[in-house]
Amino acid sequence: MQPDNLKIKELEQKAKQIRRNIVAMIAKAGSGHPGGSLSATDAVTALFFSELRYKPDAPLWPGRDRFHMSKGHCAPLWYSVLAEAGFFPKEKLMTLRQLGSMLQGHPDRRTPGVEVASGSLGQGLSVGLGMSLAAKIDKMDYRVYILMGDGEIQEGNIWEAAMACSHYKCDNLCAILDYNGFQIDGKTCAVMNLEPLKDKWLAFGWHAILIDGHNMKEILSAYAEAKTVKDKPTIIIAKTTKGKGVSFMENVCDFHGRAPTKEEAEKALEELK
Amino acid sequence: MAELLYQRDVYGKTLIELGKTNKDVIVLDADLSSSTRTGLFAKEFPERFFNFGVAEQNMMATSAGFASCGKLVFVSTFAIFATGRAWDQVRNTVSYNNFNVKIVATHAGISVGPDGSSHQALEDIALMRVIPNMNIIVPCDGPQTRDAIFAAANNPGPFYVRLGRAKAETIENKGEFKLGRAQELTEGNDVAIFACGILVQEALVAAGELLNKGIKARVINMHTIKPLDRDAVIKAAGQTKGIVVCEEHSVIGGLASSIDEVVAENCPVKTLRVGVRNRYGQSGEPGQLLKEYNLTSFDIVKAAEKILSK
Ligand SMILES: Cc1ncc(C[n+]2csc(CCOP(=O)(O)OP(=O)(O)O)c2C)c(N)n1
Repeated sequence: MQPDNLKIKELEQKAKQIRRNIVAMIAKAGSGHPGGSLSATDAVTALFFSELRYKPDAPLWPGRDRFHMSKGHCAPLWYSVLAEAGFFPKEKLMTLRQLGSMLQGHPDRRTPGVEVASGSLGQGLSVGLGMSLAAKIDKMDYRVYILMGDGEIQEGNIWEAAMACSHYKCDNLCAILDYNGFQIDGKTCAVMNLEPLKDKWLAFGWHAILIDGHNMKEILSAYAEAKTVKDKPTIIIAKTTKGKGVSFMENVCDFHGRAPTKEEAEKALEELK
Repeated sequence: MAELLYQRDVYGKTLIELGKTNKDVIVLDADLSSSTRTGLFAKEFPERFFNFGVAEQNMMATSAGFASCGKLVFVSTFAIFATGRAWDQVRNTVSYNNFNVKIVATHAGISVGPDGSSHQALEDIALMRVIPNMNIIVPCDGPQTRDAIFAAANNPGPFYVRLGRAKAETIENKGEFKLGRAQELTEGNDVAIFACGILVQEALVAAGELLNKGIKARVINMHTIKPLDRDAVIKAAGQTKGIVVCEEHSVIGGLASSIDEVVAENCPVKTLRVGVRNRYGQSGEPGQLLKEYNLTSFDIVKAAEKILSK
């Protein structure tokens, strides 16, 4: 059964738990991507524990809302959320990245709740487009949510998809952009500037909502607003902090794709108490 | 005079046939629906046809989203763009998920003609063949195109079906089409000639000329490149003096490579390749180009004689 929707305080607690999972599992694995997992945690937690319809014991229930993580390197976040939502036992989280594990370094279909693999950036919005159009053909009322990274949207495929989503009036689709301002080689504004970002999406025919991506109230109201928009897709541009919740990871580029050491993990878990 | 058909005409008509009986059939194209003939389906079932404009990567990744929702997706554009421009999308988002996405690409090979190199896919089989889960069919004529489309529709997982631009001569008496099962078109134990696509017709002409010289060639239509009919290769290697492989594709990575891999591991025997030798294509009429790139019955005869002369 799907867990009951959580209130704001409870969502904040849940997000903290998910951050703890992320840190612990990446530390155990010895590699992985903490920065972007932690920055997107609040938006994805709110989605799974207050917004989406799903059945953890029947992951392919046809009426389910679709969630796809286009920025696949943030798999630890996806896995933590799925485990907390009951798709598989939480003990499994500690098998991340091990040989034979159902939790691969980047998401794939061996994980219950993951429907489409990701890892090669820039393709997930198209995947969502296919899901959205399938819903329309089948006259189903499920909604589609796609999480993207800000570095990721430098990919041309994203803008091909952005054009198509608005051309086909995909109002059942909501993209979430984790705008943490960093990619691997540094700040997005230095590596390849994205601004004016909201204007770009508006110009592509989207409804765009700019929010503080760590404020549960703003996140929830953005999801609510997205559902009221007709004839166009919505993007929630969530301003976030990379590495959010762990002081020494926040805005530190190195923690994009580095596991914390044992000591660092202990310190991080202490902060996340 | 044998029947001449556009494989893509047959494709468009077959899509309509499929669309009538299976409401899950969805067709995607990227601004080439008149050339690929998916436009025929679009006219009949507009609500199940989606044009993505000139955006092949988006189209390919979108096909995965459709497939994840239970759709049987046909994706079409020219072979060069389906396999080249969107390769990463095919590998990571279609084939890795083992989705029911059928990539039916037209305008493959040198016989594209006057459009020249940028439009002549000579590497597409190689690009698709290295991808796990992917199945590959290269039908030799119009009627076999229908068989190939039905095989792709009726078997799970990703398929790449390679079609040409020019009309293809219909080959009679091929026998039943079975996925992964080669078709022996002539009997002979002197030399084996494996071919796919329009070079099957060239191989048959070559076999006729060889017969006039007293050489009996076994012509085999290798319509399925993956999974390859290994038994047909091993049998031919054992029963003949050598193998000629013909394809309208680079000699690197396509049918010839597939056969050479089986031969090298199981039944070492001399093989010669009739294909494009590490070159780009160019403008010209299909017939002229087949000559220029040594892809004619004449070249096949020469290769067969070379095998027998050693
Ligand atoms: C197509 C592709 N190119 C490169 C990479 C390597 N890569 C992994 S993460 C990343 C940076 C992504 O930045 P962003 O989307 O901002 O992610 P976040 O900061 O949210 O972690 C890159 C370049 C990849 N996974 N896919």
